[in-house]
Amino acid sequence: MNHENTSQRIVIEPVTRVEGHGKVTILLDEERKVQQARLHIVEFRGFERFIQGRPYWEAPVLVQRLCGICPVSHHLAAVKAMDLIVGVDRLTPTAEKMRRLMHYGQTFQSHSLHFFHLVSPDLLFGFDADPVIRNVIGVAKSFPELAVQGVMMRKFGQEVIRCTSGKKIHGTGAIPGGINKNLSLKEREFLRADADKMVAWSQAALKIAKDYTAEHLATLKDFGSFDSSHMSLVGPEGEMDLYDGRLRCIDADGVKIFDQVDNQRYMDHITEEVRSWSYMKFPFIKSLGPDKGWYRVGPLARLNACDRIDTPLAEDERREFAALTGGQPNQISMAYHWARMIETLHSAEKIRELLDDPDLQGSELMAHGERREEAVGIIEAPRGTLIHHYRVNEDDQVTMANLIVSTTHNNTPMNLAVEKVAKDHLSGVEITEGLLNRVEVAIRAYDPCLSCATHAMGQMPLSLQLMDHEGRLLDERKKG
Amino acid sequence: MSETFTFVIDDKEIEGCFGQTILEAAEEAGVYIPRLCHLKGLTPFGSCRVCTCMVNGRAMAACTQPAAPGMIVENASERVTEIRKSLVEMLFVEGNHFCMFCERSGDCELQGLAYRFGIAAPRYPYLFPERDLDASHDDIFIDRNRCVLCGRCVRASREKDGKHVFGFVGRGPAKRVQVNAEAALAETKVAVTDEAVAACPVGAILKKRTAYRVPVGERRYDHEPIGSDIEKRRTAAAE
Repeated sequence: MNHENTSQRIVIEPVTRVEGHGKVTILLDEERKVQQARLHIVEFRGFERFIQGRPYWEAPVLVQRLCGICPVSHHLAAVKAMDLIVGVDRLTPTAEKMRRLMHYGQTFQSHSLHFFHLVSPDLLFGFDADPVIRNVIGVAKSFPELAVQGVMMRKFGQEVIRCTSGKKIHGTGAIPGGINKNLSLKEREFLRADADKMVAWSQAALKIAKDYTAEHLATLKDFGSFDSSHMSLVGPEGEMDLYDGRLRCIDADGVKIFDQVDNQRYMDHITEEVRSWSYMKFPFIKSLGPDKGWYRVGPLARLNACDRIDTPLAEDERREFAALTGGQPNQISMAYHWARMIETLHSAEKIRELLDDPDLQGSELMAHGERREEAVGIIEAPRGTLIHHYRVNEDDQVTMANLIVSTTHNNTPMNLAVEKVAKDHLSGVEITEGLLNRVEVAIRAYDPCLSCATHAMGQMPLSLQLMDHEGRLLDERKKG
Repeated sequence: MSETFTFVIDDKEIEGCFGQTILEAAEEAGVYIPRLCHLKGLTPFGSCRVCTCMVNGRAMAACTQPAAPGMIVENASERVTEIRKSLVEMLFVEGNHFCMFCERSGDCELQGLAYRFGIAAPRYPYLFPERDLDASHDDIFIDRNRCVLCGRCVRASREKDGKHVFGFVGRGPAKRVQVNAEAALAETKVAVTDEAVAACPVGAILKKRTAYRVPVGERRYDHEPIGSDIEKRRTAAAE
């Protein structure tokens, strides 16, 4: 870093401890006040293009290669669309429950990875701690028991995925109309052996996130926080449902903008626009327009949007979470972590519940129906609502694919969080590493997956730039 | 029974009959010679050269070379394996083989050979050729990205199905499998039950709507390398 100039452009590149590659630019005026701050996603991949022409049954296996962190989300969103393409509106109980188990396994492992490996250094050591210790190795050294739990929780989720899809990463379990395997008794017993422990460990991790939020509430209330709408799938009775359901969006006061929207009609309510400085599109609610129509997705949005959670321990935690804001939507960006750990507990409870269900050992794996031309599959991925939309021609080839990824929905909110943190903490002061880390902390709350969001290619990490009022690069931070 | 004789593969005495190729005699004796274009019951073709052996010191295709008394054949030596690895690597780079989402993954002979030879990545540059798909047929599709020009479909259609659905057109890098029709596969007499469809060793000719039905862990080459079935015969015979 150098600060000899009076007007500056700060670049954080790459932004670290996020999934994917991006950078932040912060533009300072002559008085070193933050004028503008943006999160740029600089990857480009083009999955929507190269799936064209491929046979539709390949899509669930091909598009999951977008990501190595939560490929199951893409696998399942694509296959849900392809179920409809092959005319299947209702799966066999074995197929649906196997897929649900796969999905809860994935949510469990992805949330665990994010919390323990990416975020816990900020929470345990503080934003300003020496970066030499403020990392996963530092956590392993200072909190060895916790670090081991994090690794073992992720491993458990990955084993659930392996038992349902054949592989820990990039399996082939879900096929249009069903699933290619059931859960053997051996696999069931293997997973059952650790299921109770996973629930207990989730409760312990949740407590860290909850206590952290309570302890720092005064600071966090303002830290990258703002009023927004929240969107997620909910079940028929408004309950949280990560695998299936219909779309609900509430505004900043908790009033429903839309509810129980059929997945196939998402385009009636949501559209996207492109901006020149990012490869990531900006979705918004049509009726509110691009300026006011943005919204948040992911754990915080799901906790805000749902009426209840259908597992007892997670429901108790949800009530406590809701009580903090008197039942109004929680708008604290850093509360994403708390919400994420409630979902981790919910996933652990769901896995434990499903393992007792004899339908998982059923032999009816596939359903059949009349071919259709167009379909939409929506799932609540760990990072938020994931939309896959396909058209398939009569020769069984994909002719159109549109993917609206969780992180894309959160594009405007992440930019607002970055700008707010930059204006609140970086204006007119000497810029330190700890201060710049605050910008990254705000981004990390959203657990963005930048490579998914742009369906992009290239190296993973992200960067930060500081520019003067004339656009001259003054300071740049690159990591990784 | 025809008259027998002996010859040697990798220092082991093998019994052969007049009229047998080296590959056939080896297979009967439980010795696996890697192959791709060869398929039992079809006329030997000798195009892929994966079965190359050193025969009396000269490189020859075991699938077309008749076995003869006293022959000295080098099959599993380092230098022969090195030749085969190069050949398989060249097959990978001259097509578009994306195993990670190919529905034949785990059941593909080309991939099986690569695993058997320990090929992690080809040492030659990828050519990324532009190849097309023919999805016109109701039950079968052709993905020429993955075609290795082994000609098994061409011979099976002619010799087993009696249909002449497939043939080669073009020369050198432009060579490709063509169908016997004005435009596309749908206009031919091919049926999903044809031997020509089952003969494809890779993911180039596929039955529609059957992809990924076999879970990972239960596919043909998930647990044992390609050729293990032949090698087991030798072990069984020894016991």
